[in-house]
Amino acid sequence: MSTYAQKKGFGATVWDYLTTVDHKKIAILYLIAGGLFFVVGGLEAMFIRIQLAVPDNDFISAGLYNEILTMHGTTMIFLAAMPLVFAFMNAVLPLQIGARDVAFPFVNALGFWLFFFGGVFLNLSWFLGGAPDAGWTSYASLSLHSEGHNVDFYVLGLQISGIGTLIGGINFLATIINMRAPGMTYMRMPLFTWSSFVVSALILFAFPPLTVGLVLMMFDRMFGSNFFDATAGGNTIIWEHLFWIFGHPEVYILILPAFGIFSEIFATFSRKRLFGYSSMVFATVLIGFLGFMVWAHHMFTVGMGPIANAIFAVATMAIAVPTGIKIFNWMFTMWGGSIKFTTPMLYATAFIPSFVAGGVTGIMLAAAPADYQYHDSYFVVAHFHYVIVGGVVFGLLAGTHFYWPKMFGTMLNEKLGKISFWLFLIGFHLTFFIQHFLGLMGMPRRIFTYLPGQGFETGNLISTVGAFFMAVAVLILLINIIMTSIKNERVGNDPWEDGRTLEWAIPSPPPFYNFKQLPLVRGLDAYWVEKMEGKNGMTPAEPLGDIHMPNSSILPLVMSFGLFVAAFGAMYHVDDKSWAIPVLVIGLLITFGAMFIRSVKDDHGFHIHKEDLLDDDDKGAKA
Amino acid sequence: MANDQSNSANPNVNLKYRRKKNAEEMKHQVITFTLMIFFTLLAFLAVAYDGFSHWFIVPFILLLAAVQVAFQLYYFMHMKHRGHNTIALFMYSGALVGAITILTFITITWI
Repeated sequence: MSTYAQKKGFGATVWDYLTTVDHKKIAILYLIAGGLFFVVGGLEAMFIRIQLAVPDNDFISAGLYNEILTMHGTTMIFLAAMPLVFAFMNAVLPLQIGARDVAFPFVNALGFWLFFFGGVFLNLSWFLGGAPDAGWTSYASLSLHSEGHNVDFYVLGLQISGIGTLIGGINFLATIINMRAPGMTYMRMPLFTWSSFVVSALILFAFPPLTVGLVLMMFDRMFGSNFFDATAGGNTIIWEHLFWIFGHPEVYILILPAFGIFSEIFATFSRKRLFGYSSMVFATVLIGFLGFMVWAHHMFTVGMGPIANAIFAVATMAIAVPTGIKIFNWMFTMWGGSIKFTTPMLYATAFIPSFVAGGVTGIMLAAAPADYQYHDSYFVVAHFHYVIVGGVVFGLLAGTHFYWPKMFGTMLNEKLGKISFWLFLIGFHLTFFIQHFLGLMGMPRRIFTYLPGQGFETGNLISTVGAFFMAVAVLILLINIIMTSIKNERVGNDPWEDGRTLEWAIPSPPPFYNFKQLPLVRGLDAYWVEKMEGKNGMTPAEPLGDIHMPNSSILPLVMSFGLFVAAFGAMYHVDDKSWAIPVLVIGLLITFGAMFIRSVKDDHGFHIHKEDLLDDDDKGAKA
Repeated sequence: MANDQSNSANPNVNLKYRRKKNAEEMKHQVITFTLMIFFTLLAFLAVAYDGFSHWFIVPFILLLAAVQVAFQLYYFMHMKHRGHNTIALFMYSGALVGAITILTFITITWI
């Protein structure tokens, strides 16, 4: 082995991660940052549940409650779920299609750092005068009247991290379209890759409306325009439309990768080919398409009129059809399979009834006349937590256990994994099932306390107990991760023994160039096909040759940091601070300066020479 | 990959064929470019001339614009060549989604 894999000091490792453009390391960065924000959002959830545990509670004040509630939603959606989804997409997708990296490694790093600085900016609000307090939807009629800088943090932070998400999505599109290994046709792509493909397209089309909405909001709040101010001739409903034109596809952006992860898990641990592969692909694309036709179902009570409500109600219910196709396909995959109940498989199995429950309440909410009753009640809270926790979070936890060996080369402890699964499952249903009934009994959402004697006491107490179960489950998962990392027992290529797709054909973690020779794909579940023919690994599709790799670069971090600085300038400009505009200019100069350097300086990357690759083989490493 | 016009690894083999192809390509570009200038002139003339009503001018200019966009995409940005199917798919599905959204706003709901 040559200079590539020497032992490094702590500082060198940090520098390596700050400058990396390797999709596997960026995946780890996304996982760490997303996990961190997940814990922060979880803590906020615990504060919410503690406050609501008993009536007339004064654990936190009403204003602070609004901030915690807003930040819980915003953090969980934008800073936890999205980056965790991106973590798995980065870690697995290039491996699944047999690529050496994503199409634009530099842009990939830039996407991460933009997300990270946006998230940090948003969370700095806690220390700089108060967090956003207008709900994660930040409806203009409310957020324009929020005093102080609270909502400014939301607007600027999400704008920065949104750019990161958008360029990440475009990057994955380019990767999937252009970088599939020989023989990897579209209809041979693993389902996780397919769902990532559809999700990237959704990101491409859904994030621009959010960007537009946030720009308008930024001008309204910081630069004196009146787009959303009805008293000055604006229209506050425009924000709601723009937000939900983004917001509805956004929830599919979250759930589809989870569907993809589950599809891989069901096929792997049922040791069967995924049932109805082509109908799964069709359903995924259809869900993605329909996701753009239903945004106004979040606005039934705005007063759009009966025609709009009826059309959007029907369109919304139509989504149940492709989702149902998927549910049945998963069950038929398990049917007759030789099922192994590992931790990921447990999550996958529990996901089906949990998610279906969320889907059923979704259909109830889609019925526009009935929605007038459910609207803004805890019934809605129960519904979206059933789909997001029961779908997305289960998917992410399953993915964490399933792909951990591929990302880190160690197996998470199965016993602890199963304990945390059961605690999480019980806690989840305990917390959110009762909330359906709280909602039907009339408890409004986003309320900071309630009076005794209204019949909400027992339900809320049960809900809080459930939340503690989930917190303990996450703690056990963290302990599991720490223990596994300390023990550091290395595993081989295919630690689950039933891997079907390309990523399980290479070492865990893969070498930084992924594939010594690009593999030849001869069917769906490429690795499984080779296994069934008694082969040890993939057939190479090319002779061994030099591999071209990109250079590391600190510029993505610098570019993102510039925007982070500029955001402070834009925000404090409102207070007529003399330093605000210079800070804004300096921040933008940093960003554009870094972009200029990137454009002018030639960076051709480097080659790994054939001789070095041969060297690896002699020492027993496999490509 | 998508823009690779050659179908042989040896560039000399197809040199003559590619020469001819390129000449033809150039001819198309010049023709479409001329047409686009002409369309622009027509648009200005339509506005300048007093005899036409708005009901003629606006759709007429929009039609010319649509044709110009098509020329731009298919001739100048090479979408008529092979290997642009995915690009076309994304552009048209994006346009469809956008169009449906606009249609929603102008027909069934107020903003």
